[in-house]
Amino acid sequence: MSRTNVKQNIDTRRVTQELFTLTYGAFVAQILNDYEHVDEVNKQLDKIGYNIGVRLIDDFLARNPTVGRCHDFRETADVLAKQGFKTYLGITPSITNWSPGSDEFSLLLDGNPLTEFVELPDGPGQKLSYNQMICGAIRGALEMVQLEVECRFVQDQLKGDNTTELRVKFLKKLEDALPIGED
Amino acid sequence: MVVYNLYIFHRNGQCLFYREWLRRKQTKMTQEEEFKLMNGFIYSVKSFVQRLSPTDLKDGFLSFKTNCYKLNYYETPTGLKFILNTDNNVSNIRDILHQLYSTIFVNYIVKNPRCSALDIINNDQEIFIEKLDEFISNLSIFSQTNKT
Repeated sequence: MSRTNVKQNIDTRRVTQELFTLTYGAFVAQILNDYEHVDEVNKQLDKIGYNIGVRLIDDFLARNPTVGRCHDFRETADVLAKQGFKTYLGITPSITNWSPGSDEFSLLLDGNPLTEFVELPDGPGQKLSYNQMICGAIRGALEMVQLEVECRFVQDQLKGDNTTELRVKFLKKLEDALPIGED
Repeated sequence: MVVYNLYIFHRNGQCLFYREWLRRKQTKMTQEEEFKLMNGFIYSVKSFVQRLSPTDLKDGFLSFKTNCYKLNYYETPTGLKFILNTDNNVSNIRDILHQLYSTIFVNYIVKNPRCSALDIINNDQEIFIEKLDEFISNLSIFSQTNKT
C-alpha cells in the first residue's frame, strides 16, 4: 500500500482528539502529584485554562471572521456553544436554564471529549473538578472581549450526576481604556 | 498603488508594533508622541463616528482619506487595532487587514508562547517581521511602493 493510502485511512481528527484527551489526563495527574490539596489543583487548572483562553480568543476570531462583538449575553452564549465549543472540542453543548434577568445560563456538555477515558477515584479525588480548565478558558477568552464572567461546574457526570452542567454568569462589562489625558 | 506604514495598537492604547515601507516625510515629534497622538485620534474618531451616526453602526470607523493618503482601520473584537496607511487609490481593504491579523499576527505572535499579548513586538520577532513583509509585498496594492 502506498503511503498516501495509509494516511487517508486514519481519521486525523479522531487521532488528535484522543491525543488531546490523554495529554490532558497526564497533565491533571501530574498536577495532582504536585499539590497536596485538591482545591489547589482545581485552582491551578483554572489558572492554566485562563492563560489558554486569553490566547485562544484571537485564534477563534481569526478562524471565524464573521463573529463580531456580541450585543447581548444571549448572543454570547450562542457563539460560545455553537462556534467556540464546536471549533475546539468538536461538541455543541445545549444552552438551558436562563436566569430571569438573562445574565446567567447553563451549558449541558454531552460527550465531553476531555473525560472520555476518565473515572474519578473515591475519597478526596471526588472533590477534583476535572474539567476546570474549560471554566478558566471561557473566563479568559470572554475577558478579552470585555466581558467579565464567572464559570463553574454545578453537575458532573464524573461525580455520578446525570449530565455535566457548566454554569456561566455575567458579572460586568469591562470598559475600553481611555487614552491618557482624556475624560 | 502604495503602502506607506502600519501601526498595531493594543486595547490599552500601547503601540505594539510599527513598521514603515515608504515614508518620505518624517514628523518632527518623537515616535512615542506620534503613537500617543495616533491612539488618541483613533479613540476620538471612533466615538465621534458612533455618536453622529444617523443609523445603527455595524462596523464603525473604517477609513479616512486626505488628498494624498488614505488611513485604513481595522479593530478586532479583542480590541487590537490595525492601522495601515496607503495611497488614495486603494479601495476597501478590510479583508486584507483581517487576513493580516489572522494569518500573520495570530500565527506568529499569539501562537508564540514567548510573546505575551502585552509585549511590544521588537526586532527579536524576526519571523513575524519577515512574514509581515512578505505578506505586504505580495499585495497587489503594494506593487508600486518601491517604484515611486
